[in-house]
Amino acid sequence: MIGPLHMLGDLADPSKHQEDLEIEGVAPDTLVSWLRSMLSIRMVEQHLAAMRREGVIGGPVHLGIGQEAVAVGVSEFLSPSDMVFGAHRSHAHLLALGGSIHGLFAEVLGRDTGLSRGMGGSMHLWDQPNGFYGSVPIVAGTVPLAVGAGLASKLRGDPNISVSYLGDGAVEEGGVQESLNLARVLGARVLFVVENNLFSSHMHISLRQPSDSTARFAAAHDITSEVVDGNDVVAVAGAAERLVGRIRRGEGPAFLEAVTYRWLGHVDWREDIDVGVARSAVDVALWKARDPLARLERAMVTAGLWSGEMRRKAASELETEIASAWGRAAADPWPPSSALLDRVYARRAGSR
Amino acid sequence: MSGGVIHNYGTAIRSAFEYLLDRYPEVFILGQGLWSPWYVGNTMTDLDKRFGRDRIIDTPVSELATTGAGVGAALAGMRPIVIHPRMDFMLYAMDAIVNQAAKWSHMVGGQAHSGVTIRAIINRGGEQGAQHSQALHAWFAHIPGLRVVMPATVADARDLLIASVCCPDPVVYIDDRWLYELTAELPPIEERDLALEGPRMVNEGSDLTLVGSGFSTELALRAARQLAEEGVSCDVIDLRVLNPLDPGLIVKSVTKTGRLLAIDGGWRTCGMAAEVLALVSERVPPGALGARPARLTLPDAPAPTSRVLEELYYPSVRSVRDAALKVLAGGTLD
Ligand SMILES: Cc1ncc(C[n+]2csc(CCOP(=O)(O)OP(=O)(O)O)c2C)c(N)n1
Ligand SMILES: [Mg+2]
Repeated sequence: MIGPLHMLGDLADPSKHQEDLEIEGVAPDTLVSWLRSMLSIRMVEQHLAAMRREGVIGGPVHLGIGQEAVAVGVSEFLSPSDMVFGAHRSHAHLLALGGSIHGLFAEVLGRDTGLSRGMGGSMHLWDQPNGFYGSVPIVAGTVPLAVGAGLASKLRGDPNISVSYLGDGAVEEGGVQESLNLARVLGARVLFVVENNLFSSHMHISLRQPSDSTARFAAAHDITSEVVDGNDVVAVAGAAERLVGRIRRGEGPAFLEAVTYRWLGHVDWREDIDVGVARSAVDVALWKARDPLARLERAMVTAGLWSGEMRRKAASELETEIASAWGRAAADPWPPSSALLDRVYARRAGSR
Repeated sequence: MSGGVIHNYGTAIRSAFEYLLDRYPEVFILGQGLWSPWYVGNTMTDLDKRFGRDRIIDTPVSELATTGAGVGAALAGMRPIVIHPRMDFMLYAMDAIVNQAAKWSHMVGGQAHSGVTIRAIINRGGEQGAQHSQALHAWFAHIPGLRVVMPATVADARDLLIASVCCPDPVVYIDDRWLYELTAELPPIEERDLALEGPRMVNEGSDLTLVGSGFSTELALRAARQLAEEGVSCDVIDLRVLNPLDPGLIVKSVTKTGRLLAIDGGWRTCGMAAEVLALVSERVPPGALGARPARLTLPDAPAPTSRVLEELYYPSVRSVRDAALKVLAGGTLD
């Protein structure tokens, strides 16, 4: 044994870390922009949950309500020339980069104006102009792709980095271990961000792994890592800034483990879908009290940077924006039937 | 049939698991979603409670390791069943299936075999898109050493699963979520030798032969019923065992009807329907064909999500019926 197994301890305990965030030293504008971004992501996902419940959305939606701080904190240090890859639960990854709400809605509704032109829905998103290279539902499918993107940037000698968002379930795929090793030995400019929400669909991490901390895999591959409270946007951003800086300076790949929790079930709007295997209603309630948004908001109110009035105004503006984006998306055209065959190859059917 | 038990396709699969677990201590099951009420439909409900979590193992998200472990446990004398709740997920397990399980017997001179059963579920539709919709049975049927089974009926869902697990060879058993609502009264279980199972005539007619497997058989049957009302009578052949594929029944039927429409839920190029057309063109006597053999498959494109495209994408009773009439009229399908 090289050393004791690293465990999350406190960070995985929902009765801990419920306090207001420590925001000292962060610029007020930055805090406000994080708050708005998190609020926007949450309200967009709440809208998607409602529309899915009503049956207006035909396909599955994997919602990350409760996990907003991770994408918002990481994206602070990314630019549109970086290359971000996601998975099945990636609405926040895309929106935090400035992705269009209307484009997301249209995609989820299968419209030609959607981010993937209606061919992918919620689970296959693409927004390269904002740095979002793609998300897919095959667990860990994009992890080696992100390594390749980070390698490309090293080979070209440009300062861009890639980001691979993955879950605590995804690290169980062999390809993730290969990717970590490959990234390390090739010096790929990639940041692995594990959103550890302690669950892979219905299975708590204790039923799947000997430790609840996935950062041990970074250690095993000699990759620099940090482990943070993923419901603390300040902590996420702090770690992201340090790790992204390292990668941009050509000091190799890095690994960020952000411990968080999804408020809803694995897929769609229900809260209870995986309760009964290991997820208890008590845990869900405690994690809701560890709300990344409320903890930031309370701290900002105390510091005089935010108020109930500002919250109401922000929420009402977002409501209007969401309703308008949804209305437009729902009235947008369907993809033409030719899309079925015309989008398979770069060259259209009929040419060679 | 009297005295039988009413099952749907899903509970029939579950009853096969119960039978196997009760009777054979060396049977165990591993895969994702086995302790979840919603992952594998109603096909495994509470098996973990009845047989214990040592034998019903819900696994980490590790398709390659779990499948390889199944292959190895079989070599070590167990009878493992590996479950992939979606066929798309098991692409990570290709080495264990194609390089290891399929080749083992031949590579070691026929002296050892991996009797693993790999259950793969086809689970498509519902705007799930390209990576959650694939029906890759033709891929596996391409591999010598794998037996590939696709039950289209409630009885086969149960009986072919038992035959697969009892078979000393590696078997890929592919069931389809679109069939789970089928119901039938089943007789008591009798074990069958998978090596003796093959295509079966599920409807008899004289004008046209329809060939399908899994859900495509169900489509063919429904289309045949509609065509019968329109005065067209069809042989419908359910492939059941895609590899090794016994051509006899298909050749006999097409020699009689002179017309063939193969229906498949996979892609067209190098697909299962292509194999059926090939064996007919090789074996049916020249002159016996009254029309060009035809195939109705998915278009050669990944599954879309948008509901309007999804409707165009999958074969339907209507499209099978229309294709059958085209074949009868001497036309081609595209
Ligand atoms: C290769 C593969 N195996 C299994 C699945 C089924 N599946 C979809 S999401 C998921 C859970 C993944 O958990 P995690 O990586 O922790 O992400 P989270 O859902 O928690 O965001 C599983 C097992 C899949 N989509 N792809
Ligand atoms: Mg998770």
